[in-house]
Amino acid sequence: MQKEYSIIIGGAAGLGSKKAGNIIAQLFSGLGYKIYIYEDYQSLVKGGHNFSLVRASSKTVGAIKEKVDFVIALDELTSSIHSKQLKDKNNIIYNADKFSLKYGVPVFANQITKENGGLDIMQNTALVGAFAKVVGLDWNYAKKVFKKEFPVSTETNIQIAQTAYKSSKTLLTIPKISNKIYPLLTGNQATAMGALNAGLDAYVAYPMTPATGILNYLSSVDKITVFQSENEIAAANSVMGFSFIGKRAMTGTSGGGFALMNEAIALSAQSETPLVIVNGQRMGPSTGVPTYNSQSDLLHVLSAGPGDFERFVVAPGDTNEAFTYSALALDIAWKYQLPSIIILDKDLCEGTYSCDFDYKKSGIKPSLWRGKGEYLRYLKTKDGISPLAFPGDKKAVVKGTSYEHDQFGISVEDSNRIKEMQDKRSLKYKEFSKEVSRLKCVNVYGNKKSKTAVIAWGSVKGVAMEMAEELNIKLIQPIVLNPFPKVAMLKALKGVDNLILLELSNSGQMAKLLSCNGINVTKKVLRYDGRPFTIDQLIKIK
Amino acid sequence: MDKLTLKTTNTWCPGCGNFFVFEALKKAIFNKKKENIVLVTGIGCHAKIADYININSFYGLHGRAIPVAQGIKAGNPNLSVICSSGDGDSFNEGISHIIHAAKRNNNITVIIHDNHNFALTVKQFTSTSPKGFKGSSTPFGSIEDPINPIELMIASGATFVARGYAPKVDHLANIIDKAIEHNGFSFIQVLQPCIAWFNTYADYNKRVYEYNGPTSDKRNALDIATKDELPIGIFYKKNKPSFEDLLLKKNVK
Repeated sequence: MQKEYSIIIGGAAGLGSKKAGNIIAQLFSGLGYKIYIYEDYQSLVKGGHNFSLVRASSKTVGAIKEKVDFVIALDELTSSIHSKQLKDKNNIIYNADKFSLKYGVPVFANQITKENGGLDIMQNTALVGAFAKVVGLDWNYAKKVFKKEFPVSTETNIQIAQTAYKSSKTLLTIPKISNKIYPLLTGNQATAMGALNAGLDAYVAYPMTPATGILNYLSSVDKITVFQSENEIAAANSVMGFSFIGKRAMTGTSGGGFALMNEAIALSAQSETPLVIVNGQRMGPSTGVPTYNSQSDLLHVLSAGPGDFERFVVAPGDTNEAFTYSALALDIAWKYQLPSIIILDKDLCEGTYSCDFDYKKSGIKPSLWRGKGEYLRYLKTKDGISPLAFPGDKKAVVKGTSYEHDQFGISVEDSNRIKEMQDKRSLKYKEFSKEVSRLKCVNVYGNKKSKTAVIAWGSVKGVAMEMAEELNIKLIQPIVLNPFPKVAMLKALKGVDNLILLELSNSGQMAKLLSCNGINVTKKVLRYDGRPFTIDQLIKIK
Repeated sequence: MDKLTLKTTNTWCPGCGNFFVFEALKKAIFNKKKENIVLVTGIGCHAKIADYININSFYGLHGRAIPVAQGIKAGNPNLSVICSSGDGDSFNEGISHIIHAAKRNNNITVIIHDNHNFALTVKQFTSTSPKGFKGSSTPFGSIEDPINPIELMIASGATFVARGYAPKVDHLANIIDKAIEHNGFSFIQVLQPCIAWFNTYADYNKRVYEYNGPTSDKRNALDIATKDELPIGIFYKKNKPSFEDLLLKKNVK
């Protein structure tokens, strides 16, 4: 039997609901629960309404349910918006210095914080302390978690939490379920860690929600070079500067910034200079709804950049996959000297998951020049891959270029040599497609014999897995989106006569990609209000 | 000098000012370790230099040479990174990059082959074309005042700011050499007559004179840079830690 709890903690921006949500997740995680946190916030710094929905379960989770076990209200708006989601209306823990209810657990957070000499922002600590008591946690256990979560003003925070803990009552006791504790990480962090595992040397980016977390995370990693560029165009071009001298670099952005990188993507293809980009999708078009989710950059990513060329595109569906496939994106970009794009989406970028990484290396390595004879940057070889040498090498003159070129790297305009170099790259793309087809490109979950299958990609994987299990149907999750894994997809589709697409978009872009490859979906279930699918919503679909 | 010249077909117009810049660049780097130099270019007549010079080069996108150069320098600070760029390249398309590179004091050298027009697309005005410039998109004369690149670079924080005149090859070579040796953002505006669309040889020969600088005073440097006559030389030089000095410190702590 699945043991699980859902908790909403909310308040105006600036009240610390996100931090409080993280601590609650840590309280559960320490008892062996698997965690998923959905972050819902607006594009503002103070005010409005933000909330985190923490789901803790004995099973791996990556999705949310509509009904929750607890609401923790830092302000009255949270109570009025989310109370109706409570299974039991008494399970609301609220800041009684701000408003009062006839039921629930009042916490005089302002008073408690003042008594203990804390700052206004620490009222969230009081509510978390009270929650620990409400769910019957041992104080010493809770204290250990708080100590770790509050590296600054540790003592004050613990005193506030303890005062609130003492003044609250226990409504139920959550059991410890396992000794195995998994690290909690966001998709942004997992993507960054995967890139580091593949030898990332540098990260250059311009801030844009929801990919900013990668820049912030990598900024405090010691061994690599990180800087913030003046815009996304500069970021992508600087990444290729690093690549040109043999350093592995990456950039990250969202749809609008990705659009600015289009020309650089084509430069990467033409100059055969590795370029790795994370595109954290959000609700568009244009500025759209910056802090809400969407999967509507798929076709843009697949076709970005002028000219005829190939690219590697992966769309991980959770943090474990973000880790593995971002490493793979780097390795592939370096072996085949082409652009490599990792598509994430807001709920994966900023959602928090229990992680279990596989640190194994992909074993995919670039071809390096052995130093014999004259160096030709664009040497024609059997597999179309020209060995790499880098400036600084006494024996090589390295010529990278955006122009069509000869083998040395000098501009050409005559028909023979134009075709010759196009053919060289085609040869390389063939090898690239062959190698990619040997990778794990498509996941299949649920009832593998079911004639009905749902197809879902990106963060929707989480909710689709639970839907497939609940309805006893098959789930097909493509991870590699380009080159399109046709063989693996057809294998996954064997015996399926009813194919339902789940996508966070208005038009169903995956259905268009599938139909380009001769695969037609029977039905599209789309959500395009920026919010995630809930399990409740999907299990009603037939 | 031959070892620095590739046996490729040169397609600059006969008499083009680019030939002088090419010669000056080769002179400036002749005694340096060739393998440790990388030339990054944008797109335009200037950029063809990448096809003629026998050193490491990256022939990039229009206006985007500087961000590529920044990645190269941050990735391997032992390399000397030189950008060849044009007035249209870096003061139209890529103006944000050059301003930020000057502000950051990136340890790279930027040579602007300033011919005051988009020559390769057949004579359109750039941000350094004089007001009234009659080009193919401004048949009645440009209605915009030009940017003074020297003024802009000093204001943006460049720590080495100079101007050369293409036909004065030795003078220019000396400036390029000093710019490469300077630890910080080095900017050289090269007055480069465009024989096809904006032939300024006669005018420049009359107005150009050598200034014996540099000063480390911004006001003085700006006074010199905004004169009606055309002084050439190193106008401004200041010693301060470069972007890479500060950025890469993190890695050795």
